[in-house]
Amino acid sequence: MSVITMRGLRKDFTVRVRAGRLRREKRTVAAVDGIDLTVAAGEMVGYIGPNGAGKSTTLKMLTGVLTPTAGEVSVCGLAPVPQRTRLALSIGVVFGQRSQLWWDLPLRDSFSLLRHIYRVPAGAHAARLRRCRSLLDLDGFLDTPVRQLSLGQRMRGELTAALLHGPSVLFLDEPTIGLDVVSKQAVRSFLAELGATGDVTLVLTTHDLADIERLCERLVVIDHGRVVHDGTIEALHDRYGSRRRLVADLDTPLPPGFTVTGAELVAVEADGHRVSFDLLSSSAGAVVAQLASLASLRDLSLLEPDIEDVVARLYRS
Amino acid sequence: MGELRAYAAIFTGQWRSVASYRTSFVVDLLTNLGATVVDVATVLVLFGAAGSVAGFTLTEGLLIVSLSSCGFAIADFAVGNIERLQTYVRSGTMDAVLVRPLGALPQLVLMDLPLRKALRVLVGVGVLVAALRLNDIDWTPARVALAVLTPLAGALFFGAIFVATASLAFWWVESGQVGSAFTYGGRDFTAYPLPVFEGWFRALFAYGMGFGFVAYQPALTLLGRPDPLGLPAVAGFLSPLVALIATGAAAVVWRAGIRHYRSTGS
Repeated sequence: MSVITMRGLRKDFTVRVRAGRLRREKRTVAAVDGIDLTVAAGEMVGYIGPNGAGKSTTLKMLTGVLTPTAGEVSVCGLAPVPQRTRLALSIGVVFGQRSQLWWDLPLRDSFSLLRHIYRVPAGAHAARLRRCRSLLDLDGFLDTPVRQLSLGQRMRGELTAALLHGPSVLFLDEPTIGLDVVSKQAVRSFLAELGATGDVTLVLTTHDLADIERLCERLVVIDHGRVVHDGTIEALHDRYGSRRRLVADLDTPLPPGFTVTGAELVAVEADGHRVSFDLLSSSAGAVVAQLASLASLRDLSLLEPDIEDVVARLYRS
Repeated sequence: MGELRAYAAIFTGQWRSVASYRTSFVVDLLTNLGATVVDVATVLVLFGAAGSVAGFTLTEGLLIVSLSSCGFAIADFAVGNIERLQTYVRSGTMDAVLVRPLGALPQLVLMDLPLRKALRVLVGVGVLVAALRLNDIDWTPARVALAVLTPLAGALFFGAIFVATASLAFWWVESGQVGSAFTYGGRDFTAYPLPVFEGWFRALFAYGMGFGFVAYQPALTLLGRPDPLGLPAVAGFLSPLVALIATGAAAVVWRAGIRHYRSTGS
């Protein structure tokens, strides 16, 4: 069952551009330029793209903050803008830069205010808070005013705030931005655990591909307001020709005029003592066997493709 | 019921935040009190120096200014801080407001209820009561109702202007002080008897935009004076109607503004 449906979703912004000394021209820019996507219940979807690609704009249309210029969108069976307040009860939102917490109040107070705002029964609220406290290790700073929290602590508070009403969809806009390694790990393992229960559909935008590799089976790459890839990370590699690389150290160089099927020679180093091949098929075994018959092998290593490279190439193209 | 409790929670959050800075709250409270006294005193000084203004005596003038300032003080207390909408639009706080399961306008109002302006309302009511007693009013049930309704309708009217002008920020983030021309400017306009103003300016603000019905016309009806500008006595009872029209218009502008909201980058 799909929880999120977008059909031909579009958002235009008019911007005024300086043209000459006093004149300003109006120009229409499509921040989101026709997106078709469906997300099934319990899925974990990672949304990536360069700055200004339209990730946040899409998320804001899904949460009812922005009104789409054209197209259809439905979340949990509701139309986000007209049914904004009803939708708010079934979604959780963490916008990295926008706090849901009360700046001058202790974290604990923010949580109890949110209980009333979302009309959560006391028992359910206490149970969820208990779970977040232990998983996110909140006990050390529950009584500290939010303004005095570190970014990592605050982000853990924001995650808790977004989950206390038991939403069925959680939207996260750059949840790990600016966090140190330890806090990033804490946030990731918390989200992984949350996703593993299957109760919550998770949509997150990020610049940190490690977030995606760790959390999301499905990766949506967006650029200039359009979806340029939708599938697994492996499918992305297949599609953009990123291959595994086999590096072999040899006792003697390969004989001249040799042939190796299923691989492409990409480098010869150290007077022919080190050769690198890109694997064309998924099996390395056949290529290793051919190499062993041609020369004596000293060492082998297999390098996985780097997703950062793939995405960087994708943005450039 | 649950919804009311939810709005109460928004207010509680604000109140506790303010309470965490006690001294500055007390200073604000007193400064605001001073400002209201100065507003009324300005008009009194004018009347005191001139003896009478456009045929109105000091106590009659006091009635007009007190009706106006009482309505304004209530509106300013209840929704005046909606002026800060531009800050919220610019900083993106508006996003956080829109993802909560409550109406955006009541949230903004309660998130920012200027408690420091509470004393202004008390002073406004006090001055109005004094003005009503100082004038020789022939009390009838209709006049009693008018004396109570006028400040409330005035509050609604000024509230509508606060909301409508603040909504400009949805289209034009740098709307700056444009709103003040109509809110504070409107209050100053309503503080004086209408014959003080002239020509198209009077026609536009007093009748076109309805400012004349906030304090001047009801004051004439309370005093039992004919309008030197020729409107019948029933015009004094129009202020609730004018306020409702203004409120309807403000609601339309606000809704259109929310639809037009652009948020800010990530």
